[in-house]
Amino acid sequence: MSDEKNTAAKLEKIKGEILAKYPTKVARKRAKQILVNRRDTNGKMPEVGANVRTVPGIITQRGCSYAGCKGVVLGPTRDIVNITHGPVGCAYYSWLTRRNQTRPESDTDENFMNYCFTTDMQDEHIVFGGEKKLKQAIQEAFDLFHPKAISVFSTCPVGLIGDDVHAVAREMKEKLGINVFAFSCEGYKGVSQSAGHHIANNGIFTHVVGLNDTIGKGKFRINLLGEYNIGGDSFEIERILDACGISLVSTYSGNSSIDHFANSHTADLNAIMCHRSINYMAEMMETKFGIPWIKVNFIGAESTAKSLRKIAQYFEDEELKAKVEEVIAAEMPAVMASLEKAKPRCEGKRAMLFVGGSRAHHYQDLFGELGMETLAAGYEFGHRDDYEGRKVLPSIKIDADSRNIEELHITPDAKRYAPRKDEESLKKLESEGLAFREYEGLMPDMKENTLVIDDISQFETEKLIEIFKPDIFCAGIKEKYAIQKSGIPMKQLHSYDSGGPYAGFKGAINFYGEIERMVNAKVWSFITPPWAAEPELSANYAWVA
Amino acid sequence: MLLRHTSAEPVERTGLMINPAKTCQPIGAMYAALGLHGCLPHSHGSQGCCAYHRSALTRHYREPVMAATSSFTEGASVFGGQANLLQAIDNIFTVYEPDIIAVHTTCLSETIGDDLNQIAIKARDEGKIPEGKYVIHASTPSYVGSHVTGFANMVQGMVKAFSESTGKKNETLNIIPGYVEPSDMEEVKRMAGLMGLKTIVFPDTSNVLNAPQTGKFRMYPKGGVTIAEMKATGDSKATIALGPLASDLAARKLDAQCKVPCHTLELPIGLQATDRFVDTLRKVGGVSVPESIAVERGKLLDVMTDMQAWFYQKRVALFGDPDSLVSLVEFLVALDMHPVHVVTGTPGKAFEQKIRDLTAHLPVPVNVKAHGDLFLLHQWIKKEPVDLLMGNTYGKYMARDEDLPFVRFGFPIFDRVGHSYFPTVGYMGGIRLMEKILDALLDRKDRDSPEESFELVI
Ligand code: SF4
Ligand code: SF4
Repeated sequence: MSDEKNTAAKLEKIKGEILAKYPTKVARKRAKQILVNRRDTNGKMPEVGANVRTVPGIITQRGCSYAGCKGVVLGPTRDIVNITHGPVGCAYYSWLTRRNQTRPESDTDENFMNYCFTTDMQDEHIVFGGEKKLKQAIQEAFDLFHPKAISVFSTCPVGLIGDDVHAVAREMKEKLGINVFAFSCEGYKGVSQSAGHHIANNGIFTHVVGLNDTIGKGKFRINLLGEYNIGGDSFEIERILDACGISLVSTYSGNSSIDHFANSHTADLNAIMCHRSINYMAEMMETKFGIPWIKVNFIGAESTAKSLRKIAQYFEDEELKAKVEEVIAAEMPAVMASLEKAKPRCEGKRAMLFVGGSRAHHYQDLFGELGMETLAAGYEFGHRDDYEGRKVLPSIKIDADSRNIEELHITPDAKRYAPRKDEESLKKLESEGLAFREYEGLMPDMKENTLVIDDISQFETEKLIEIFKPDIFCAGIKEKYAIQKSGIPMKQLHSYDSGGPYAGFKGAINFYGEIERMVNAKVWSFITPPWAAEPELSANYAWVA
Repeated sequence: MLLRHTSAEPVERTGLMINPAKTCQPIGAMYAALGLHGCLPHSHGSQGCCAYHRSALTRHYREPVMAATSSFTEGASVFGGQANLLQAIDNIFTVYEPDIIAVHTTCLSETIGDDLNQIAIKARDEGKIPEGKYVIHASTPSYVGSHVTGFANMVQGMVKAFSESTGKKNETLNIIPGYVEPSDMEEVKRMAGLMGLKTIVFPDTSNVLNAPQTGKFRMYPKGGVTIAEMKATGDSKATIALGPLASDLAARKLDAQCKVPCHTLELPIGLQATDRFVDTLRKVGGVSVPESIAVERGKLLDVMTDMQAWFYQKRVALFGDPDSLVSLVEFLVALDMHPVHVVTGTPGKAFEQKIRDLTAHLPVPVNVKAHGDLFLLHQWIKKEPVDLLMGNTYGKYMARDEDLPFVRFGFPIFDRVGHSYFPTVGYMGGIRLMEKILDALLDRKDRDSPEESFELVI
């Protein structure tokens, strides 16, 4: 216990050291975003300052609303022509660099993932407005590709000059007879990518979900939400679900197609991976169509098994339960064999994780399997509920930046609302341990006396590295080389460097191998040259004849 | 087929850009600012642009790319970003302690009309800029030009902020190396050194964006032109600006500001452009060309003569930035290759004319477009096939679909290394370029040769 206290005191001191560098106002703000994960004497978790503005001038790893909307949520859908309305840059940077993979059903199916479409506004469009150009662009995209759908994303300057992208979309939808819809996801909206996720969810829900009522094949039909097929993760999850006999109606949005979205309201369960980016969709679907949702996690072999069992439990079908156990039993030996190989070389090593949304939480399970400890973690664009759990939702104050993001008011669909389970059976399942509409958050899952940092800054990253010298650091591309230059291996978890998939059973095997390589690679031992290791040695040769 | 929806027949497009061959101004400004020692680039706008620019530069150089942002939210977009920038300047000097903050605008702050000059003066007046430290700036709206324009604007900003003349000229030459790799900047310096010239190269990203692994992260690596050197540029004898689009603006500014005469040349890529660079150094510097340079030239020529047969009349499709394409086309023509499709994303009619002039005598028709895109280039290739494709990483989609040998050249290159370590400028750079082209062509020949003609010796 006193050891614990010591660690806590040490961490508080480190926090103090970090804050001391900041101007007073900044320090006051950051103090709420840097926490020692430690319950008070009443067992209460600390409250984290999250989803608040980045301080100008403090180097952040965050992106913008457009990146969340176009890059994260809509980007992985292969058969929509996504047109970025704005000057060239925004579109250029969101041009398939996140390694979202996709696999059309046939060679003739549409796949626009490798294309980048933009209106490339020039100064005359900024001065006189860009609506005409946008219409022309949509027309040209239609003439060239005849896609099922075209979507439009607004960038900062477009919002500023006031182009009405929604009116243009409506007009072109009418004219072309295909689905055309737009997103007001200007980069300045909200405080991070998170605003863009919300806008994207609202847009897809309004314009696509529910357009096709056909009930597809399969007895156990689910949607997977918040899984973006980074490095082929969805392929592995699809493989496993398939083996279990669980049908995937739609994935939001890895390896997805717009037709899947249109039909996704026919599923019987929503399973959420990245809670942050997509909980809105699950809630709206539940309200409008009656589909319950649960939180799952397919990162880590144990978590994958657990999530499969949860899904089976939901369907209350003995055959499915047996099948799931069979699949787990068939997959686990290979996982364990590779774990046995990797674990002795990883055990006891320490990791830090600072990634976008749920990943900073999920990946701790994988490290845990390897016997590694996570010393510090945090989100780039999480909200309080991602840290402290959804139970804090009622106590989250809405600030001006969140208020700017439209909140859809959803009501049950007059014809199609059909609760998949009545309240009673939901309650029963709940009493058996299956939590609905629930996400526990990162902090309860992390060890006591670890550091939780929201929107970590460059300076704080450097400090953590200097003080803790972790064995591996996980974050994004912008942090990668600063960390490696400090002699610490760095794994990207927004995209996967050269690796992946890491989800599911095969993914776990990949990850064990990858981490084992990274924390044991020889190269890190070569950084100090021999002459610097023993500088006092003077050159003193005795030539032997 | 990754780009299976690309049709062979080009149609005129006025609304839609598909697969751009350029990107936006601020990234060029950020790159240039990193070539200033002790400088932290700062993006004045919403934070997404900054995140994107840092990510793209990081992926290309595989080095830390630090930059701060004004993090506009909706309020700043309506009321202007002055408060954000003032706060940022204060925070940056306190937390990150740079010598210089180099601010560039984004589309957003540019459209609002924030006046960077006035904000910088206000910051100085309010004591937010410590003694001996600087805030410099450039206006970089992305709806004009491209990343190259942004580079040019920031280099001009460097001159505006620092260059001063004491009234006494010295023998130093300024060299503005253009929008090239750190390795190229290093090579330009090395060549001038071989000629016995004292130079100030700016910006200079060598040892910043190809910095050594030392086990210690430095926010401000050892490279980069120093403030003292930048100031001294006003006393130099002359300025040699390489790459008209990227470097001419700053060179002229320096001439106007400090009366330093300037000579603008094409980038020294390939034999003739390097010859002109060396010759200009000789004349302006008042030195003679040393034997060592002549030896390098001779080596380049030697490979050219030896390998003639493999280059002869090979059809090439190219895309990239105007300055580098002009020199590259001249080099390919010198190798008797046929650059038949040439696209740059950067607007500007002068480019098209230059390429036409360079290729006028070729026995084949040549397609050229400024402010074009890769979709158009792909359509041209489908209609009139080529033997080789040269351009940045994004060319790999086309190369795979059309089964083309592909040489990576330009910015950005995300999927290979080498560009930041090995130059393509100068005579030695010419040899490397030829090696890369030959490797691609000969690997393809080996792959496609029937067994009886699969040759050990060529
Ligand atoms: S808003 Fe402008 S500056 Fe920012 S990324 Fe887009 S094009 Fe570039
Ligand atoms: S957890 Fe990662 S993939 Fe999911 S939204 Fe967040 S950053 Fe993106």
